Amino acid sequence: MAGFSVTRRRGLLAGAATLLADRRAAAQEDAPPWMRQQGSPVTTPPYGVPSRHEQTVIRRARVALKFPTASSSGTPLQDLHGIITPNGLHYERHHAGVPTVDPAEHRLLIHGLVDRPLIFTIDDILRFPSISQIHFLECSGNTPEFRDPKPNWTPQDTHGLLSCCEWTGVPLSTLLAEVGVHPSAKWVLAEGADAAAMSRSVPIAKAWDDAIVAYAQNGERLRPEQGYPLRLFLPGFEGNMSIKWLRRLKLGDQPFQTREETSKYTDLMPDGKGRQFTFIMEAKSVITRPAGGQQLRDPGFHEITGLAWSGRGRIRRVEVSTDGGTSWRSASLQEPILPKCLTRFRLPWTWDGGPAALRSRAIDDTGYVQPPREALVDVRGINSGYHFNAQQTWQIAQGGAVSNAV
Amino acid sequence: MRFDYLAPAICAAMAVVPASAEPRHYAFGRTPTEAEIAAENIDIRADGKGLPPGQGSVAQGRDIFAQTCAACHGDNGQGLLSDRLVGGFGTLKDHNPVRTVGSYWPYATTLFDYVRRAMPFNAPQSLTDDQVYAVSAYVLSMNGILPEDAVLNAANLPTIGMPNRNGFISPDPRPDVR
Ligand code: HEC
Repeated sequence: MAGFSVTRRRGLLAGAATLLADRRAAAQEDAPPWMRQQGSPVTTPPYGVPSRHEQTVIRRARVALKFPTASSSGTPLQDLHGIITPNGLHYERHHAGVPTVDPAEHRLLIHGLVDRPLIFTIDDILRFPSISQIHFLECSGNTPEFRDPKPNWTPQDTHGLLSCCEWTGVPLSTLLAEVGVHPSAKWVLAEGADAAAMSRSVPIAKAWDDAIVAYAQNGERLRPEQGYPLRLFLPGFEGNMSIKWLRRLKLGDQPFQTREETSKYTDLMPDGKGRQFTFIMEAKSVITRPAGGQQLRDPGFHEITGLAWSGRGRIRRVEVSTDGGTSWRSASLQEPILPKCLTRFRLPWTWDGGPAALRSRAIDDTGYVQPPREALVDVRGINSGYHFNAQQTWQIAQGGAVSNAV
Repeated sequence: MRFDYLAPAICAAMAVVPASAEPRHYAFGRTPTEAEIAAENIDIRADGKGLPPGQGSVAQGRDIFAQTCAACHGDNGQGLLSDRLVGGFGTLKDHNPVRTVGSYWPYATTLFDYVRRAMPFNAPQSLTDDQVYAVSAYVLSMNGILPEDAVLNAANLPTIGMPNRNGFISPDPRPDVR
């Protein structure tokens, strides 16, 4: 092309030709380097990774880790779009690290109060009719704001033990039908193949209802951190119960009273009683932009956006306040709006440059309204630890710095 | 277009399997042997079901604790790198409640079950059943729940009255906040 245009212009006045050449040289220097050379070949790398300019979009632990294998790391909700959590950013909560399980050796045993105990290889599990469902998973310890919330917390710190993926596997009901469950069976012990042999009791109704024995996540086999090669997935229930590296299901006529349903994952009330078997993650929402740790540059248009979810069903409505809960407006909800799944909400907003307090509240299809913090603490006190689902407020200061309103 | 393309395939499938393509049982997987079940069947229920034979004394447990637990939980179970295991009685209504095996756990069987499956943290499933009985006995004795001369076994472990046995409520009372 360049040669052609030069040839065509041969014979023009010498001065004009020089001018043109100068312009072309300038134009080529203006083009960004990535337009003046071939990019990387295909399959570099064979399994794609995010742009190197996105290196701050990573999981992070909120606190310094004494025992990094009995710990958690949060999803960077403030950097994500839509509702799906990329597999490498799914939050982690392990009690004994991520085991390296050989799928060829891994087995799932189902026994106890059944007619026919069975043991399955992963290949056996893959042969059953499958199902794919998009669901959130939230740790019941997410949002540690009963006590001591910090002003510098970001959505990753406050709500990062929350992710949402498409999970594929076998309905647990299919496997229960295979083994034949005794009428006296009321609970299912689920046990993992990690160094905690993590174990929880699942009510039989949930096992029949929508529990999945999952082997894939967002289209690929589970990540090791998410239970490779097999995990239980209990939609809408606290994350700890969706046992990773699932190796055993035992049917029994009473709960098994494991450490994770007595010492931990029980909610201590002001009267000194612990609530036990509080499984459902109630309706909740969080604004992810603008949010703690961010800085609004200019007054004018800003889209307020965030996530809403409910362990009881679908999100019916999300309301947003920019004055800390005095007045509310309905946000628009992005389709699809699925049960026990994240729903993306948005509200256009014009920031006047002054102080503001951004807050959201979710209403689910049972009519339940996400409560303000005071109402929650009024009933449950400050020592219940788990299931904190109160409204989250982000404070915008004059000048645009956003922080956690504590 | 899509449906036109699929329709003959569906008809063909229906012709082969008229009623339902789903068999009553898929018959994947196999029946485990008794030994295979026993090897994995490690849970202990609150009524003691699942407890293995064996026994261990508080005195034996004291040594095991000093050697394998104290580095993380403190010489007297007072907590160090990891959780406090002792004391906290009567604090559950306090501003800063102290939840331990002694003050909070409803069942002694859970202690045996948890230690056997998950502790010591740096070497889970490394203790013998006798050692788990012994170290459980010691943790309970440090909490004043067992006397110094106690010997734990499958028969007496489930009968231990834990102080917070009636400290839990279920079913879930939520939604409780309006
Ligand atoms: C290397 C450090 C370490 C050693 C050694 C260790 N533990 Fe632990 N222990 C931990 C950690 C960490 C946890 C919490 C694990 C988690 O977060 O799930 C824990 C939890 C516990 C708990 C549950 C506490 C609660 O309130 O829920 C008990 C009981 C316990 N350990 C007993 C023992 C006994 C008995 C031994 C010795 C046989 C032992 N531990 C050795 C680190 C250790």
